[in-house]
Amino acid sequence: MKSLEELMAIKAKMQDKVSVRTSSGDIRIVVGMATCGIAAGARPVLNAFVEGVSESGLTEKVQVTQTGCIGICQYEPVVEVYEKDKEKVTYVKMTADKAKEVVEKHIKGGQPVTEYTIGASQI
Amino acid sequence: MIRSHVLVCGGTGCTSSGSRAISDKLAEQLKIKGLEEEVKIVQTGCFGLCALGPIMIVYPEGTFYSMVTPEDIPEIVEEHLLKGRIVERLVYNDTGAEKEEEAPVGSLNDTQFYKKQKRVALRNCGVINPEIIDEYIAMDGYFALAKVLKEMTPDDVIKTILDSGLRGRGGGGFPTGRKWQFAKASVSDKKYVVCNADEGDPGAFMDRSVLEGDPHAVIEAMAIAAYAIGADEGWVYVRAEYPIAVRRLQIAIDQAREYGLLGKNIFGTDFNFDLHIRLGAGAFVCGEETALLTSVEGNRGEPRPRPPFPAVKGLWGKPTIVNNVETYANIAQIILNGSDWFRSFGTEGSTGTKVFALGGKIKNTGLVEIPMGTTLREVIEEIGGGVPNGKKFKAAQTGGPSGGCLPAELIDTPIDFDTLVKAGSMMGSGGLIVMDEDTCMVDIAKFFLEFTVDESCGKCSPCRVGTVRLLEILNKITSGNGEMEDLDKLEELANYIKSASLCALGQTAPNPILSTLRFFRDEYIAHIVDKKCPAGVCKQLLSYNIDADKCKGCTLCARKCPAGAIVGKVKEVHVIDNQKCVKCGACIETCKFGAIYKK
Repeated sequence: MKSLEELMAIKAKMQDKVSVRTSSGDIRIVVGMATCGIAAGARPVLNAFVEGVSESGLTEKVQVTQTGCIGICQYEPVVEVYEKDKEKVTYVKMTADKAKEVVEKHIKGGQPVTEYTIGASQI
Repeated sequence: MIRSHVLVCGGTGCTSSGSRAISDKLAEQLKIKGLEEEVKIVQTGCFGLCALGPIMIVYPEGTFYSMVTPEDIPEIVEEHLLKGRIVERLVYNDTGAEKEEEAPVGSLNDTQFYKKQKRVALRNCGVINPEIIDEYIAMDGYFALAKVLKEMTPDDVIKTILDSGLRGRGGGGFPTGRKWQFAKASVSDKKYVVCNADEGDPGAFMDRSVLEGDPHAVIEAMAIAAYAIGADEGWVYVRAEYPIAVRRLQIAIDQAREYGLLGKNIFGTDFNFDLHIRLGAGAFVCGEETALLTSVEGNRGEPRPRPPFPAVKGLWGKPTIVNNVETYANIAQIILNGSDWFRSFGTEGSTGTKVFALGGKIKNTGLVEIPMGTTLREVIEEIGGGVPNGKKFKAAQTGGPSGGCLPAELIDTPIDFDTLVKAGSMMGSGGLIVMDEDTCMVDIAKFFLEFTVDESCGKCSPCRVGTVRLLEILNKITSGNGEMEDLDKLEELANYIKSASLCALGQTAPNPILSTLRFFRDEYIAHIVDKKCPAGVCKQLLSYNIDADKCKGCTLCARKCPAGAIVGKVKEVHVIDNQKCVKCGACIETCKFGAIYKK
């Protein structure tokens, strides 16, 4: 170790890897991963969120977790986004591509992608 | 892409309750479910709640599973890791089973056990994988060393440690900064930094947990200390009985060397530092600093008179500082966060936090770190979960064989260096043994004295001979042959040993007797005058009897008795012959009718 910069580089490289344990969870992305969710393709959606959050360098405040069935199986994969002091946003019939878009526009940009939300899909 | 971390405790406690089998099963199940790319298993150090081991935490949710068995793993993988449903039945339930309406506590930090704790020395224990240096660096590891080498002079470092008020955590409570100051002021071509990891108090295991869970914190702090006093070489003296700690420390030293955090020209400066491990053979006296240094030099571990203090003349005659593991574990945090931050915890005279090993008659056996000044009641009742089985709290023993007891009346005593001494005990290294009404205080004094008699190195006669004489008097009392003047003899001899012994082992050895005499004199008197042991522990003062009204004459006890002391015919009341009885208690356990009692 010859310089502080080297140490910082290791820390930055590792930050992503340990942030799963230290993330503040100001924003929580919850993917429905019951049998219905998995059957409808929730796994790739979950992974897309994990990758998207990591690529955007938001791991310190964003947690990606799973949950069980929330009862609207025909709309799976269902993803809920909880943000401090804001109303919960529920996305339905998600795909990996839609997930990337949500990370970009909603998580990073602060604007929910209305067309994928449960409100837009007319239950 | 990893989305979840499963932390499995790899401390000594959980390893012995089978955490390795759990890691293996977990790896196997993750593979079967095709999750090995998404879920990472992290083996960590001690989480502190050893009574509930093996312990497992799943992140990002922070779900806290306790007493996990390999058979539970398929369910956890299938339900939690695949489907995101927490396995409620394995989640640690803080409130105890009696209150069903209260939901189990999911997250670790919400539990009673952790809520009141403040983790400074243990901050990385149970959070990082101790065998991967990068994880330590991710938690700001080695940044304190970088700061010290790049921005601070040795005097700045010593001033920061002095201002923080940090006192030695190994038992003595000597201000760490002052020790460093003395060593820096000593002029010499060679100086040493030594870490005392010869944790010998029965029931204390905080140093082991730090070395197992966060070994780099000790290495970093030793390098900082070396820079401050002008040393370039260090030794860690650790007991051979701590194989996991020794192995992880060696891995950590190797990794630090590879990264150039130990060795020559660290961070491109002209500071050099390297570190060696020396294994101790488990002698209690080697926790005393001069005996420890003698042992590192390769000689028989015996203390020598001070002064000269090690800071002037230590290892191989060179100026040396000896600090305890837990003391070192605080150093990097003080450097990074400042002395005012450290002073914000604890009390005026005892700043910061202290780690305690909770043991004895308490629900949550384990490791806790609390701000100094927390009361004994908070530790025992709130964090420790109280005395189990509805028994009454009788006393708490702190400081191991060198300390004393605090009786139930003093349960509101704030725990810090000075109040404990005032109450006739001492902080010691942090063993905290809780005793309930079934504990005989004379027996406890005897237990600790047997320990010091065994461990006395024999160099000075007050300790070598005096402790044996004390033990003889105690044995006389517990066997029912005591006389009242024995109590005066005990006190007189105890005070001689305290003032005449060469090292702290002898100087503190009579403490368990003096403090039990002070608070539980009536129990000594009951043994001497009434020839009774009120707690029913001292065998020679007990007699086993059969209640004629309850005995059905089933003959079970008579068949079980190893000494043939019980006589009686079928369907007739049995009788115990107290001449033959060896007081093993086997009959009480056997009797289905509760007819046998001891008094």
